[in-house]
Amino acid sequence: MDASVKSGKRQKSAVGQPLPHDSAHLHVTGMAAYTDDLPEPRDLLHVAVGKSPVPHGKLTGVELDTVLASPGVVDVCVAADIVGENNFGPMMHDDPILADGLVQFVGQPVFAVVAETVEQARKAACNGRIHYEELEAILDPLAAVGKQSFVLPSETLTRGDPDTALDTAPHRLQRRVWLGGQDQFYLEGQIAMAIPEEDGRLVVYSSTQHPDEVQTLVAKTTQRDDKDIVVICRRMGGAFGGKESQAALIACIAAIASDKTGRPCKFRLDRDDDMIMTGKRHDFVIDYDVGFNESGRILGIDFEFAARCGMSADLSGPVNDRAMFHCDNAYFLENVRIVSHRCKTNTVSNTAFRGFGGPQGMFAIEYVIDDIARELGKDPLEIRRRNFYGSNERNVTHYEQTVDDNILDDIFDKLVASSEYENRRAEIRSFNKANPVLRRGIAITPVKFGISFTSTLLNQAGALVHVYKDGTVHLNHGGTEMGQGLYIKVAQVVADEFGIGVDRIAITAADTSKVPNASATAASSGSDMNGKAAQKAAARIKGRLIEVAARHYSVTEADIEFRDNRVYARDREMEFAELVQLAWASRVSLSATGYYRTPKINYDRDSFSGRPFFYYAYGAAVTEVVVDTLTGETRVLRTDILHDCGDSLNPAIDLGQVEGGYVQGVGWLTTEELWWNQAGELGTHAPSTYKIPTCSDLAPDFRVALMQSSANREDTIYRSKAVGEPPFMLALSAFHAIRDALADDACAAPALNSPATPETILRVLEDSSDE
Amino acid sequence: MSDSSIRFVLDGEVIEIDDIDPTRTVLQFLREDLGRKGTKEGCAEGDCGACTVVVAEANGDDLSLRAINSCIQFLPTIDGKELITVESLAPDANDLHPVQRALVEHHGSQCGFCTPGFVMSLFALYKSNANPSRQEIDDALAGNLCRCTGYRPIIAAAQSMYEEADPQSDWLRQAFGTAQDPKERVERLDRLVRKDGLALEHDGHHFFAPLDIAAFAELYKQHPDATILAGGTDIGLWVTKQHRELETLIYTGRVSELKALELTSSHIEVGSAVTLTDVVPVLVKQYPGLDELFRRFASPPIRNAGTLGGNIANGSPIGDSMAALMVVGASLVLRRGGKQRELPLDAFYHDYQVNDMAPGEFLERIRIPMPDPGAIVRSQKWSKRFDQDISAVCTAYRLQLDGDKVADFQMACGGLAPVVKRATNCEQAINGQAWSRETVERAAAALAQDFIPISDMRASADIRMRATQNLLRRFFHETQGSLDETVYTYGRQR
Repeated sequence: MDASVKSGKRQKSAVGQPLPHDSAHLHVTGMAAYTDDLPEPRDLLHVAVGKSPVPHGKLTGVELDTVLASPGVVDVCVAADIVGENNFGPMMHDDPILADGLVQFVGQPVFAVVAETVEQARKAACNGRIHYEELEAILDPLAAVGKQSFVLPSETLTRGDPDTALDTAPHRLQRRVWLGGQDQFYLEGQIAMAIPEEDGRLVVYSSTQHPDEVQTLVAKTTQRDDKDIVVICRRMGGAFGGKESQAALIACIAAIASDKTGRPCKFRLDRDDDMIMTGKRHDFVIDYDVGFNESGRILGIDFEFAARCGMSADLSGPVNDRAMFHCDNAYFLENVRIVSHRCKTNTVSNTAFRGFGGPQGMFAIEYVIDDIARELGKDPLEIRRRNFYGSNERNVTHYEQTVDDNILDDIFDKLVASSEYENRRAEIRSFNKANPVLRRGIAITPVKFGISFTSTLLNQAGALVHVYKDGTVHLNHGGTEMGQGLYIKVAQVVADEFGIGVDRIAITAADTSKVPNASATAASSGSDMNGKAAQKAAARIKGRLIEVAARHYSVTEADIEFRDNRVYARDREMEFAELVQLAWASRVSLSATGYYRTPKINYDRDSFSGRPFFYYAYGAAVTEVVVDTLTGETRVLRTDILHDCGDSLNPAIDLGQVEGGYVQGVGWLTTEELWWNQAGELGTHAPSTYKIPTCSDLAPDFRVALMQSSANREDTIYRSKAVGEPPFMLALSAFHAIRDALADDACAAPALNSPATPETILRVLEDSSDE
Repeated sequence: MSDSSIRFVLDGEVIEIDDIDPTRTVLQFLREDLGRKGTKEGCAEGDCGACTVVVAEANGDDLSLRAINSCIQFLPTIDGKELITVESLAPDANDLHPVQRALVEHHGSQCGFCTPGFVMSLFALYKSNANPSRQEIDDALAGNLCRCTGYRPIIAAAQSMYEEADPQSDWLRQAFGTAQDPKERVERLDRLVRKDGLALEHDGHHFFAPLDIAAFAELYKQHPDATILAGGTDIGLWVTKQHRELETLIYTGRVSELKALELTSSHIEVGSAVTLTDVVPVLVKQYPGLDELFRRFASPPIRNAGTLGGNIANGSPIGDSMAALMVVGASLVLRRGGKQRELPLDAFYHDYQVNDMAPGEFLERIRIPMPDPGAIVRSQKWSKRFDQDISAVCTAYRLQLDGDKVADFQMACGGLAPVVKRATNCEQAINGQAWSRETVERAAAALAQDFIPISDMRASADIRMRATQNLLRRFFHETQGSLDETVYTYGRQR
């Protein structure tokens, strides 16, 4: 534990307190302003796009006369109107903003209508006629593998000698599993508003996780310098990865429209357009071949992943890398080969979504473990533990990082006991014997999730802190607020640094003119990185204040202490604001930046080896379900979760991430189905057809706890741990509970694909009854 | 008093509007015309609840408060009512309504975008139920999606909001910060009562809201191409999603005869403008086997606006009420001008969106026979999600036994054909036979002659058929007493 914990200072401090979200009072009153709620400039125009009707085609012409003649239309933009680069792809330059000569998925933007009102723009967009010569389309990942159609080269990671291990193993299993994708379904759709300013500058209000990237891409698209663009985002109405790279498309179109018309332009996507036009979680086809011994220990394994990346690379490289890194989850794979195909399909380009490939990798290995247990007739819990990473041996991952902070044995011990797993499993077994129609199932699954951007250079953050003469503080950093509570957590850190209340701190919008070059708020890294950066900025000012105070009281700097909005110097004290006044009068700077780079990480992308992750976050969940074998319907009955947030900065906020992540994960694995028809059209593009969990889907018995006394062994901000993504994968326990319920003597290891919709389950039952 | 302007109450003031597109939604009006941005658009189709507002109507000396989806509700439909939005609940962010305070204290918001909608649904619950069970909370919130919290803290807030109640201020707060008696609100609404119907005209678009059935029938006869608007839960989407121009709308929601709900000794007589919220409890009381279906039928805001008549007249093959109404022998009273006729519901649909109504003819009321004590009636809904989902398959049965033999069996299905229809081959395989597993297996096989389902995003054709057959098997088990719970009811804390 770190010193400040031991001294008991944290008792009174802000860090560690379950403070409400800084905007909670604004959320509940409707006063929290999202991008569409901002005051609109008087001459604002609105944008809507005309989209490709085919999945793959050569554009031969676009008729826009009727569009231009539609009521309220001011102008229409096509690819030729883009003065700079027609691309919003963050890594590869393969993502046209407006299609130019070629359309590659149904819904790809071809032209942008600019009109006086939103309704006029949307109506007019329906009037465009797009002419094309249709080309052959590849609509699923396996077809892409067959045609060697990839957005990026396939990658292979090998450790040990998997072929020999497989050939000599006493037991061997092979299977192919389909794992569906997922729409982010943030409640606030994608939106940006571009406002021209004097001298060619542009201010862009964007609902984005990555203002810096929006700035860069808008600059390139409109042929400006970065300095001439300011991107601002106070908050998003949810993002989940969906506004990491995709927000730039919306912002670029708003900027292009604004440049062409010379007026401010807002582009807000209708929900259906949002779901059709923007990327989702990658669906995977997983092939595995595993060899194991009598005790269930994995001796050798061969994975082949085919991921639907869609029509462009977007973030698919790092997403699939992370899937490769996480297909061990918590298990030691001595002899392993992972082949990862990044399939190019004529569907929307898939992108980041909470977990970023990790969930797919972990789904794969958990399926293998479950199959081994079912093959051997053992409790999957036993097989999971049998394969856990060891403490001193069997503790090096397939990418050569040593797992030296593993607490899963402890988490499992505690959770198995508190959830009464053993008794309930036995009781469920006898229930199922007596009940042929309604069957129950239970499963426990672990999470080990690597924290850091796998692209090492992204692991840097900046902050800006001002202290005003009255002792109040303006806090800014490169992180964005999407509901995860980043802003309150960072404010708690800064409050403690100055020994003042959080109410003395103004939390302000992410703004590229205040903190430059910030990484995306992603990879669960927001609090770790921005918390440290803001702490450093505050510490610099604090250092100057200490100097002033020591001089004023004629004591040593070590005698100065900041707490309770006051400054103490041995037996004397003053208000924090008084000291600030004193410093100002002494001509001391009360503003500072802070910069943080994550230490210790280094990793060679070419060999997939090194230390990509600063540390790991852990957790486990036990889920019990009931399944109707006649209808295929399922419900979660009880959930027990124990999750590791290190020494939490804010246990209420962290609990919210754990609970929300789990439920979102259950949605991914059960009700949320992305369905495309033969013409490559997404059929599930609105909440009427795409079903995220509702209130009644939450287990009637839902018990979630954070691991206590679990300080991060690494020097993170107050020894806390990242919490954004890891809990999402706790939901794998729900999927395996469903498998457990479906398994019986006739079919020990049901071939259940994901999502486990009633249809998927009925198909499994039909197949097993046919056998 | 003009009958060409809309009048409603907002925060204690009467708002009068005389020149507006009648298909302008309440949400557009709030956000774009008034700049009241607390209410959010999440989907513009009434499925996510971010746009939820509450509408109050005088109900004797009290007010009835109902949550609705403002994103698909046309502004003229709130004429004569009080509109309550999230801004109406608290004068400022430091003086919160108990519902709002409970949400803050239980960390019920993360990104906050869905929150105003949850606040309004919880507010409606707060005013109608002092001690809701988990099931009642789930039901009340079925139309509100939250993607961040996983709902646990929202449920906790719903369970504790009454502890936050302050009797002095638990009513609405006005912008000027005073609590107000519902009586004053009722009186103010009474002053908005119309003597004449509403007739709006804007840019060639007409909206009529007649007050009695004679006027309604006459208007429709004059304008046979007009669109009849009831709850607008589908027509709203024609505007927000399909961008259709609706030249003439005739609204059923003010016609007193169409809003009548009567129980006679033989029938439940449901005017075609009676909302689902009003008719469902009456129907479920008579037919308890329809409880699960109607709990899962859309969501409270949709049921508050949507009507049983609209569900039937719209005639979607996936409409949830018709299968049940067919098997209980419901009939429709259709009217054109002054001329009425009665038609059994199962003779009403001819083909996809083709029904028996002539131009100018409209649905006046639905006649639902009172239950026969000897008959078992049950309806099942099969969808990916329990709440607020559209059925992939919806089934309904009416079974009358004579000893071990089946005296009468009727089955109807939605989701399997261009229209909701009876499963006649299946019925034949069962009628007169022993009510046994063997009979049911023969009947399940016969279903394949009744329906040739299609594959779409809700289910594949073969599995749709399989599910339907299994639902029939399930119904058999239920009648044998060997299966008294569904996955939906299992393990719920009621």
